[in-house]
Amino acid sequence: MIQSKLLSFENWKKWLWSFVRYTLILGLAFVILYPILQKISTAIKDKSDLYSPIVVWIPQNYSLNNFKQVISIMDYWETLLNTFSLSAVTTILTAVSCALAGYGFARLKFKGSNLLFAGVLLTILVPPTTILIPIYLNLKDFTLMGLIPLLTGKPVNLLNSYWPFILTSMTANSLKAGLYIFIFRQFFRGIPKEVEEAAYIDGASIGKTFMRIMLPNAVPAIITVTLFSFVWQWNDSFYTTTYLTSSKVMATQLSSLPYNLAIQLDGGDASKADPFYLSMVQDTGILMAILPLIIIYLFVQRYFVESIERTGIVG
Amino acid sequence: MRKGLKLGITRTYAQQKAFWGFLYVLPWLLGFIFFFLIPLISSLRYSLSTITANAQGMTIEFIGLKNYIEALTVNTSFNRTLTESIVNMVVNVPLIVIFSLFLAVLLNQKFFGRSVARAIFFLPVILASGVILSLESTSLIQAVNDQNAGGSGAINAFSSFELQRLMLEAGFSESIVLYLTGAVDRIYEIVSLSGVQILIFLAGIQTISPQLYEASKMEGATGYEAFWKITFPMVSPLILVNVVYTIIDSFSRNALTDLIRETGFTKFNFGLSSAMAWIYFLCIAVILAISTFLISRKVFYHE
Repeated sequence: MIQSKLLSFENWKKWLWSFVRYTLILGLAFVILYPILQKISTAIKDKSDLYSPIVVWIPQNYSLNNFKQVISIMDYWETLLNTFSLSAVTTILTAVSCALAGYGFARLKFKGSNLLFAGVLLTILVPPTTILIPIYLNLKDFTLMGLIPLLTGKPVNLLNSYWPFILTSMTANSLKAGLYIFIFRQFFRGIPKEVEEAAYIDGASIGKTFMRIMLPNAVPAIITVTLFSFVWQWNDSFYTTTYLTSSKVMATQLSSLPYNLAIQLDGGDASKADPFYLSMVQDTGILMAILPLIIIYLFVQRYFVESIERTGIVG
Repeated sequence: MRKGLKLGITRTYAQQKAFWGFLYVLPWLLGFIFFFLIPLISSLRYSLSTITANAQGMTIEFIGLKNYIEALTVNTSFNRTLTESIVNMVVNVPLIVIFSLFLAVLLNQKFFGRSVARAIFFLPVILASGVILSLESTSLIQAVNDQNAGGSGAINAFSSFELQRLMLEAGFSESIVLYLTGAVDRIYEIVSLSGVQILIFLAGIQTISPQLYEASKMEGATGYEAFWKITFPMVSPLILVNVVYTIIDSFSRNALTDLIRETGFTKFNFGLSSAMAWIYFLCIAVILAISTFLISRKVFYHE
């Protein structure tokens, strides 16, 4: 009798807790998804529904007009291709250079390597704003220590090309690269030394050990870094708006979308444009910019969540 | 070893390793020097001088601390923006860290639909970065919908208002109440900024060995006690990591960054802009040092 009562009390507690948990999780999930849902509902609305008081979520007249507008104003397909190739190139280069540096710092100690690693931490800590202007000026008249003027006679202007991104990611100094080096280093430190030593005894060189033994073991770290780097490069407006002022990539197109919209939508007269309609098209633009990311995320989120759990971030 | 012999030099195993280590780090080192160290030094130099563009390019003239003095005393918006961003950061960091620890514990439990919930909670890692966040805050549609529907917005305000009254009457101090209700109102901002932190905490919680929990259960500990006696100490190093990460993460999106860029690139006052950036960096460094010092005393390490 008493025991069953106790049991039922325990049961009660369990049910109550799982109810509270579901409420919390559903509520917060709604908070996260709300802007996306709202954008979708806005994007498929017709202009006439904008002021209709009975339309809140589900539009009365569906229309794809917003999408058409955005595609033409943002030059969507070209922008998509540009952004994709830029993100892909920087991601691959960043992953390679950061993996090398991470392995070097983790396992191949040399004199002063700890001091250099302090340098990596410094790159994480210094806000990018602090060094933005000198880098900008440096890239504007890029000399590579006076080498290029010797060959061609004058410095080259690297702005408005992909070179700033390629160079910085090749040398593991792109956006948040310090963090990636840190992740790789922690991960490689977590792989048992015996694995490596066995490879050396079997006659593998250091390069071969890295390629054949360490890298295949580091797949979780590689996935994490490539995902982070791809996504952050895609969304980055800090560097892209500085380096690429006229090239068409998603971030610059998005940040200039409000102005372009006002100019192009209502026949060039920005003052006549309806701000709510502009905002509607702008929301559609944001939706279309993140849509590729969401699609990619749907496919890789399983690996993402799993891999981060096994990454060495935790130390 | 073979390579060493070919060159006529015999290297020990350790030397060879050191050589390759240097080679692996070399790309980063080059980038570090060219794209970080030299710019950092010249930024410091710019901040101490006035820069004028002319036919020969630029002339840099040393003027001492004048730029710093101008930023702090003459410029109309710098002081205000600086304090605002720092206050924002100080307010947000504890909320984000506590919130993400709580969610990580929650997402670590077994329940139906856990993988879906996890996928949704990591979505902000993708969505809430860079340009999207800044554009989102200006979305008129969102504002209009909130008004039109009369729903979510009003209910939100209402609920936090009620909560506020309830807590005030229960005798909490006013500043704490305002802080907490402010957090309720800014829930989207906090959720969207805590994606990476949740990931880090979740990863940390999963490395705690289940034996500890089993043993504590045998001894009769409740879930609440297990959290404070096991989970919390075990993830305390990660609290430090997350605090540092959150502080650094807030660099990339605040009003001060915009002000610094505007001064540099639209007014072309490179000297002043660099001085502002350095003041900002020093403030951040001080905050980081203080918080690291305070937290690391409480952190529990295995050794």
